[in-house]
Amino acid sequence: MNIAIPELSLVVLIGSSGSGKSSFAKTHFKPTEILSSDFFRGLVADDENSQSATPDAFEALYFILEKRLKAGLLTVIDATNVRSEDRKKLVATARAFHVLPVAIVLDMPERLCLERNASRPDRQFGAHVVRGHVSAVQRSVRGRHLEREGFRHVFVLRSPEEVATVTLERTRLWNNLRHLRGPFDIIGDVHGCIDELRGLLEQLGYGLSNDLVTPPAGRTAVFVGDLVDRGPDTPAVLRLVMGMVAAGTALCVPGNHDVKLMRALGGKQVSVAHGLAQSLEQLALETPEFRSDVIKFVDGLVSHYVLDDGQLVVAHAGMKAALQGRGSGVVREFALYGETTGETDEYGLPVRANWAAEYRGSAMVVYGHTPTLEPEWVNRTICIDTGCVFGGKLTALRYPENALVSVNALREYAVPSKPLQPVQELLTQQQSLDDVLNLSDVIGKRIVETRLRGRVTVREENAAAALEVMARFAVNPKWLVYLPPTMSPVETSNMDGYLERPEEALSYYAAGGVERVLLEEKHMGSRAVVVIARDLEAASERFGVLDESGIVYTRTGRRFFGDLSLEQQLLERLRAAMTASGFWERLGTTWAVLDCELMPWSAKAQSLLEGQYAPVGAAAQSALSQAVAVLGQSHHVAELLERFESRLATVAAYRDAYARYCWPVQSLEDYRLAPFHLLATEGAVHSDKNHRWHLEELAQICAADLRGVLFTTQQLEVDLSSEASRSEAVRWWEALTARGGEGAVCKPLEFISHGKRGLLQPAVKVRGREYLRIIYGAEYTLPEHLVRLRSRGLSAKRSLALREFAVGMEGLERFVRREPLRRTHEAVFAVLALESEPVDSRL
Amino acid sequence: MLLTITTTYQPATDLGYLLHKNPARAQPPTELSFGQAHVFYSEVSAERCSAHLLLDVDPVGLVRGHGQPQQYVNDRPYAASSFLSVALARVLREGLTGRSRERPELANTLIPLEFQIACVPSRGGEKLLRGLFEPLGYSVDAQSLELDERFPAWGDSPYFNLTLRITATLSSALTHLYVLIPVLDDDKHYWVGEDEVQKLLRFGSGWLETHPLREEIAARYLKHRRALTRSLLAQLEPDLESVDDVNEEIPVTEPAQSLHQQRLETVLAELRRSGAKRVLDLGCGEGKLLRLLMADKQFEQITGMDVSHRALEFAEKRLKLAELPEARRARVTLLQGSLTYRDVRLEGFDAAALVEVIEHLELYRLAALERTVFEFMRPRVVIVTTPNAEYNAQWQTLPAGAMRHSDHRFEWTRAEFTDWAKRVASSFGYTVRVSGVGLEDALVGAASQMAVFTLVGDSA
Repeated sequence: MNIAIPELSLVVLIGSSGSGKSSFAKTHFKPTEILSSDFFRGLVADDENSQSATPDAFEALYFILEKRLKAGLLTVIDATNVRSEDRKKLVATARAFHVLPVAIVLDMPERLCLERNASRPDRQFGAHVVRGHVSAVQRSVRGRHLEREGFRHVFVLRSPEEVATVTLERTRLWNNLRHLRGPFDIIGDVHGCIDELRGLLEQLGYGLSNDLVTPPAGRTAVFVGDLVDRGPDTPAVLRLVMGMVAAGTALCVPGNHDVKLMRALGGKQVSVAHGLAQSLEQLALETPEFRSDVIKFVDGLVSHYVLDDGQLVVAHAGMKAALQGRGSGVVREFALYGETTGETDEYGLPVRANWAAEYRGSAMVVYGHTPTLEPEWVNRTICIDTGCVFGGKLTALRYPENALVSVNALREYAVPSKPLQPVQELLTQQQSLDDVLNLSDVIGKRIVETRLRGRVTVREENAAAALEVMARFAVNPKWLVYLPPTMSPVETSNMDGYLERPEEALSYYAAGGVERVLLEEKHMGSRAVVVIARDLEAASERFGVLDESGIVYTRTGRRFFGDLSLEQQLLERLRAAMTASGFWERLGTTWAVLDCELMPWSAKAQSLLEGQYAPVGAAAQSALSQAVAVLGQSHHVAELLERFESRLATVAAYRDAYARYCWPVQSLEDYRLAPFHLLATEGAVHSDKNHRWHLEELAQICAADLRGVLFTTQQLEVDLSSEASRSEAVRWWEALTARGGEGAVCKPLEFISHGKRGLLQPAVKVRGREYLRIIYGAEYTLPEHLVRLRSRGLSAKRSLALREFAVGMEGLERFVRREPLRRTHEAVFAVLALESEPVDSRL
Repeated sequence: MLLTITTTYQPATDLGYLLHKNPARAQPPTELSFGQAHVFYSEVSAERCSAHLLLDVDPVGLVRGHGQPQQYVNDRPYAASSFLSVALARVLREGLTGRSRERPELANTLIPLEFQIACVPSRGGEKLLRGLFEPLGYSVDAQSLELDERFPAWGDSPYFNLTLRITATLSSALTHLYVLIPVLDDDKHYWVGEDEVQKLLRFGSGWLETHPLREEIAARYLKHRRALTRSLLAQLEPDLESVDDVNEEIPVTEPAQSLHQQRLETVLAELRRSGAKRVLDLGCGEGKLLRLLMADKQFEQITGMDVSHRALEFAEKRLKLAELPEARRARVTLLQGSLTYRDVRLEGFDAAALVEVIEHLELYRLAALERTVFEFMRPRVVIVTTPNAEYNAQWQTLPAGAMRHSDHRFEWTRAEFTDWAKRVASSFGYTVRVSGVGLEDALVGAASQMAVFTLVGDSA
């Protein structure tokens, strides 16, 4: 006997104790697919036959069952299931998850069941129990009892011999076309507009001769339904689409109009409104055969399709994630009508619930049903009904290109009962939705999928710490599309008097297989991310921010300037230089994200300077110089005097070190902005360009700023295979730091570099000997200190730097792909959370 | 760290006997846990003798040891602190305790003394220095240190070079220094427990009882641990009242707790009037309003939300949630969250209170708050309080134009708040009533203002 069950079903085995359910299940299903009541009794009571454990066992069983059905997994219930009320509960659960319930009944002779139980010492309950089971099973298979309970398929096996012959087949659900990978041309609501349909198909490259349509190589058309009603030639549209579907060049899902027309043609009582009358009149001129073909065609349409390995869903009125690929009346209703709130609007039309606003699925959903002027992406869903029959246009979405193609309606064929939804004046639907992010998308333990480094985990306590910073201090999340990663220093040098030297940086990258690196001057200021739009319009179009045309924020996402007019001036200056250098045209963009250093350090770090760096300098200077003075007047202390003199000398060097990075700022002209990464522009994250490209692009902008607020970063390219080039790099670093420079950043020439063991550090810093006094204290260069400071572990910092880099770039990539803001924010939030992992703050 | 002790008592070289350190000989350094202590003399004559106690603190060891200072750039190796007191007790023990083998009578004699201490931190400025030492009879000369002479605009550092002069026994003067140096520094490099109270009672005997700043001294010496301070003051002066909480997070400008208390009472009354059973305290902080709500049986479900994890931990302790019986415990939920994110856990409540919360958000983030509260949480009643900026002029201590709390991002006038409240009410389908809370001035209105929003169509 062949048993064919839908691939996604809830299989309920029904049979007496001893009827062989468990063996049957083991024979035909995976162990993880089987939920056995005995097994659950064992789990909760250490005794598979403990009847007192039954309520708890079933509670646990149902918990797992719901998880499995939610995940879309076929599940088998191995329990006696002889009582109607037990089965009803299972059927209801299957329905709740839109999974088809299937009954397989093992109606075995009572004698056989008794024999089997007798051979099992753990099943010594009385014969009356089995007798009760057997008669209950027999009652349940009488008539169409099980079907009436809601089982869609019922199979009854009556003897061990019949059980032995069973072959089990899993059949694909009608809506499952995952194996079709496209490319597709998904076409919106046609409503009898044959001319526009032909025009659109031609524009999409389909060959048309009469009703024979030839798609471009490999492409398939997909109709979102509502082929009929209101328009001038419903029969022609039907003929064309039916022909394409029959020829395998198109797929079609039903629309509510199509279904209603079918019912009317089939003689059902329906109210003839909303353009149905036209269709009926037009079809009255067709042959009865054609009309009956139409009925068959619409009747055979599947509510929705899941295509391209689950990445694309097409349905007339959309499809919630929980219903995709499922089969039930609810699914079909949703596909035809969407979800309504139960209210009606001022035009008497049902108010539609905005399921797309809540959509979190990973599949793209393309649908029609609700006419709009312009299609808009909302959370990976798009409605492509652009009201052709109401004088709008007929639109197709090319998949996977995600390009929209439209033809305008030749005229208005019908008057809409309410005006086509006007395009929102200020923000798109997505941008309005993005105004409110969900807490559940950022708190708790989180795993961020990144292209560069796979899954990156954010610990719950770090997310909690980040929430406070983000909520209290961060800028509008719509601007916050990127946070920079932390940067590891170079391996510790063993050279006398030094902690960090460039030789180790060169060796690190050489060992990683890198051929060329760049040494860039490391500016001693504060990290600043600049997000800038060409104008207010571009800012609102691309970022959904009104009244601001850009922003400057710190590495923790805080607004850089308390004085917003200063921020405006700086952005204005930068914008002018970008415009003057032809940046917008050259990059084909209206916005950019720049990674920069903003100087002087004192502008941002004034409280640190006044609260820590300067007081410590003043204290050290005063305490040590007084010690030196009294030691100078004392006896028997020559050695001590020498020691304190050398300590005092380091303090002078320390005070000089910080003073270099301090100057008063009165106006914009006192600031220096040094951009060093051109991170992203429209359509591109520039991590595929090398650093030479980045610096050259940015140098062009800086050169256009004649008054010198924009500052070009000095750099040296190093050929790691050349000893001479490496020596030159060392000399370059020594000269740079001797001039008081903070140090250098060493980067592989390519923005993203992989070594033998995976992603390499995107950069390592090599800080100057004097600068490090600000980090390790004035006296760190004294040999007795240096020897201890050399033992520092870099691995935690390096791992953190890589994770933050991967997550930061991921956020930008999501932004550039125009994903909903929550997806970008997830990554940005994760960078901030990772930053609260404990690492040595001196690194 | 450098302490110089000079006397002009004749013969001045007898200072060596008091300190138990021979001026004619080199003294071996003393090893301490944080470095070395050296004693040496610069001036040695019958007229005048100067001894120096110099600490050579290991700056790297401090950080790498128990890691007390987290940063290498810190003043611990240089500023006078409890390190100096520890060194005094170890290295100049005889001087401190007044036990001189050779000159026992001199140890009990009042002699002219001068102390120079390099780099004394005093975050209370010269006023504190004088306030601590002058009542004990010292003449005080304090020279403040500039932060950095190259950047005059940065102003002065918190450090002073301090010279103290007195005629006293060496022991009593060193005792004062032993106690007051860490008091000035307002820190201790070691754990402070009950034995530190006993130590202070011992060293403070005879002078601390009558010192006008004894409470301040006790609090600072005991690292602001309230229980210890109370215990000390009780032993010092048994009839003394308990000390006020020092770490209350109430803006300094608000004259009394009464305004905040008044605000909470007003909000509580509104919540009672609304008939709400399930209530939210959004931005609950350490739980003052929650405590009031818990005392009223009308409120069956009480949820406190705050963005600060630490505040919630405090709230949990203050409300003694862990000790409540299960049934009462179940009424209260504390959640970390933020008003700028939609949070489904906060939906389905009858009423929400935002007491002094909105002004902690940047104005450009208020739009998000409006939507999370009024569109998504959508309780029947929302109560919002915020300072009335006009009233700020009434506070003498508040500089003109300043705000009441360093974290306030804005403070509104009555008109600004009313405009906001009306706009929010009309865009989200609420009605609103705005009123003043607290002391009322005829011209500038009340200290605080409150808006009570009621969902349109709500009959309760």
